[in-house]
Amino acid sequence: MSAEVVLPGVLADLAGGAKHLTVDGGGTLADVLDRLDVQHPLLGRRIRDETGAVRRFVNVYVDGDDVRFAQGLATPVADGAVVQVLPSVAGG
Amino acid sequence: MTDLLAIGTRKGLWLARSDDDRHSWSLDGPHLLSQEVAAVSVDTRGPVPRVLAGVQYGHWGPTVMRSDDLGRTWQETESGAIRFPEDTGAALARVWQLRPDSVDRPGVVWAGCEPHSLWRSEDGGCSFSLVRGLWEHPHRPSWEPGGGGGAVHTVLPDPASDRVVVAMSTGGVYVSDDGGAAWAPRNKGITAVFLPDELPEYGQCVHKVAVDAADPDRMYAQNHFGVFRTDDAGVSWRSIADGLPADFGFPVVSSPREPGTAWVVPLVADMERLPPGGRLRVHRTRDAGATWTELGEGLPDASWAAVMRDASCADQGDPTGVYVGTRDGCVYASADEGDTFTTVAAHLPDVLVVRAARLP
Repeated sequence: MSAEVVLPGVLADLAGGAKHLTVDGGGTLADVLDRLDVQHPLLGRRIRDETGAVRRFVNVYVDGDDVRFAQGLATPVADGAVVQVLPSVAGG
Repeated sequence: MTDLLAIGTRKGLWLARSDDDRHSWSLDGPHLLSQEVAAVSVDTRGPVPRVLAGVQYGHWGPTVMRSDDLGRTWQETESGAIRFPEDTGAALARVWQLRPDSVDRPGVVWAGCEPHSLWRSEDGGCSFSLVRGLWEHPHRPSWEPGGGGGAVHTVLPDPASDRVVVAMSTGGVYVSDDGGAAWAPRNKGITAVFLPDELPEYGQCVHKVAVDAADPDRMYAQNHFGVFRTDDAGVSWRSIADGLPADFGFPVVSSPREPGTAWVVPLVADMERLPPGGRLRVHRTRDAGATWTELGEGLPDASWAAVMRDASCADQGDPTGVYVGTRDGCVYASADEGDTFTTVAAHLPDVLVVRAARLP
């Protein structure tokens, strides 16, 4: 089982330049992000803080659905799912 | 001899250099473009100068970056140099202060952070440990965040003893005499005009503290209204604001060479955080606050921009250099203790921190 993680360009450097990563799938979004942390720790820290929470201005979508409106980090990630990370509309 | 001035801004870091005893400056940057650099230090104790930067990646969170080649390349600890232990349930929000300790404590660097926390590194800033004594202080739950967030923004290790002084907005001044294990509030005499009890034991919004050149027990504090001095390591404070055009402001900088000499940059008030009359001026005392002298040669008369708490510093030169950065992206340098200023930079993003170092 695997999932595809899609990154914005500004984070690709932390994954060796790749915007599309293949991560072992199955389980929840937290499980997938934990596996991503092992492969790319710096990338993982940009997405979640040290408590494991997704950063406030980072949005994560599983198969196009914002996980904040689903089950958050407990959102299931099925085989072949696409996990997309995007910066929210914020800043100044 | 090269003088280096690190300039952290809302959107990147610049490094200014002077090779003619601070008379002219060249600007190198931006480094860490688009990232907020609220804390920076230049550690000259090692074989090469190390620049540490407390960076806020906007969407992507805070971190500490370090460069051992004056900004050409940057490194970051993979797991995070500052990382709250799991049992705290806390997450780092912002690095507010990076302070290398003395030459006799090589590798030791202190960090003040948001949420209110103090950190100590023994490896030059690659990794920090939470100072549990302050984190577990019974007062901590009642330290309220100031307008910029609740943080330890000032860290003053005494090179000759185990004393460490911190200042917090809010919270006030706390002192440890055993290297960080036990802490006590030291705010007697500092006012808190935003509280019903204006002289509480703690809870003050002390914006910055600086230690006198000669006496480690003598410190100067720029408060959220009020400029104060202690001669007994914070046991008691008294006002030294007479003679200033306003007692509000953020930085206070002490001379590393001349006892009794310090600088402040007054702003009108909390509801008018601007230089009085729009004239950017530095005020200097040479007698520990008994009298103040307005200094403005080379500073602008039409400057409607505040100076943040870490956007002023002194250097190790002789005479002492003084530096001021503004929220409208200007940086001014004085090579003569503030008598005259020259413009180092203009039109940068708003300046959050300046730190000077002499490079061999």
